[in-house]
Amino acid sequence: MGTLNLTLKIWRQDGLNKPGGFKNYKVDGLNTHMSFLEMLDVLNEQLVNEDSEPVAFDHDCREGICGMCSMVIDGRPHGLLDGTTTCQLHMRFFNDGDTITIEPWRAKPFPIIKDLIVDRTPLDRIIQAGGYVSINTGSAPDGNVIPISKEISEDAFDAAACIGCGACVAACKNASASLFTAAKISQLALLPQGQAERKERVIGMVQQMDKEGFGHCTNTEACEAECPQGISVEYIRKMNWEYHCANIKG
Amino acid sequence: MNSYFYSSVFRKTLATLSGFFLIVFLFGHLAGNLQLVLLSGDVAQKQFNEYALFMTSNPAVKILSYLTYASILLHAALTLFLAIQSKKARPIDYEVSAGSANSSWASRNMPMLGILVMLFILIHMKSFWYEMHFGTIGNDPWGHKDLYTMTVVAFQKWWYTAFYVISMVILGFHLRHGVESGFQTLGLKTRKYIGPIQTISQTIAILIPAAFAIIPIILHLQS
Ligand code: HEM
Ligand code: FES
Repeated sequence: MGTLNLTLKIWRQDGLNKPGGFKNYKVDGLNTHMSFLEMLDVLNEQLVNEDSEPVAFDHDCREGICGMCSMVIDGRPHGLLDGTTTCQLHMRFFNDGDTITIEPWRAKPFPIIKDLIVDRTPLDRIIQAGGYVSINTGSAPDGNVIPISKEISEDAFDAAACIGCGACVAACKNASASLFTAAKISQLALLPQGQAERKERVIGMVQQMDKEGFGHCTNTEACEAECPQGISVEYIRKMNWEYHCANIKG
Repeated sequence: MNSYFYSSVFRKTLATLSGFFLIVFLFGHLAGNLQLVLLSGDVAQKQFNEYALFMTSNPAVKILSYLTYASILLHAALTLFLAIQSKKARPIDYEVSAGSANSSWASRNMPMLGILVMLFILIHMKSFWYEMHFGTIGNDPWGHKDLYTMTVVAFQKWWYTAFYVISMVILGFHLRHGVESGFQTLGLKTRKYIGPIQTISQTIAILIPAAFAIIPIILHLQS
């Protein structure tokens, strides 16, 4: 088991619309088995002992499923490791003496609430614009009453794996929420339960995405590369197609 | 329905359709240019100048040429408008950026590549289109405007040839991302067709600029 001594360059901001800036911190003797968040816990303990304000960062499950632990580490959402959240990134991927730059998600629709915490409610509003099934389907049906092929159910499940963390927005040079929106649209468009509201859904959600001020998609595919769940840009293709069909066929 | 026309998806789609029209135009333009090098001597001069006359006088070609100008303007206006909008979506940039870890260079630099292509188009039109229409240009032995000789003379200069070759490399990078991306924007790059679409896109992206670039190189070497 090794130990690490690190320099952390962290974005500090007191609150909404307050000025912010980078501050450097030294943390020594870190255990390489720690997760990135545990490393920040060590820093915060140090800061509290010094009577300074701890670094505010979002986190909840710490097991890679809630999507809360948003931060850009050395230019990459959730850090250098592919297909993981920050809580699943371990310190063994860093070297002794490293300087690590930690920033919040940067997008106009995601205002910084404090330090590394941003407000991601625009993603909730995109869901509210159609990402649901509002028909009353009664109680849970018996298994296999509605036959769905394995390919379709797998495809819908892959889209549903989106944890809404916003790494796609953070990674995109246009701060586009296309991957998030597309995954949520596709998940329901693929299944029988989603058919009744299929057109209103795609129109409503794409419209809301633009309204929130996210950028447009230029197919750089950085989102897929940085998504902790590996959501495919195939769903963006699907969203485009659904959107054209819904508007043209009426 | 109305909101469709204001959506980023629709605007991007129009940009793609105009871009695809420009690709069709490029194939036509290329076929015309190849006459400069596939034929030689008097035959090339006569046929190329007759072709140039046809291209500047035929009414159907006139309509196509207006469509082409409109496509360039629409494509540039829409893509640059969207690029500026998207720039506003990230008012504070990242301190550290690691774009190369997750995306291709061409995909991240489309606006710059596009603007350079536009500069090339303007200079190119000044050199040939403007001269053909409004400049002083001599006649060939058959009494047609001698665009052929003007072209051959232009590419005697090495730096002029180099400018064309470099511009085609830039166009190549624009198309390297652009063509495949266009299929995705239109919603056609399905899992089933992703293989063929990638092959076709990459072939177009290499073939068009390479074929265009070879013409000034040959003319320069022949001079
Ligand atoms: C012969 C000339 C050109 C051709 C064949 C062409 C073709 C294309 C194609 C097919 C795309 C992909 C669209 C998509 O991703 O859906 C594209 C994107 C783009 N083009 Fe062009 N283009 C040309 C000239 C230009 C010019 C003159 C400009 C600007 C001054 C320009 C700026 C852009 C930009 C910024 C994009 C990225 C758009 C986006 O992803 O939103 N292009 N181009
Ligand atoms: S804290 Fe839940 S995914 Fe990281």
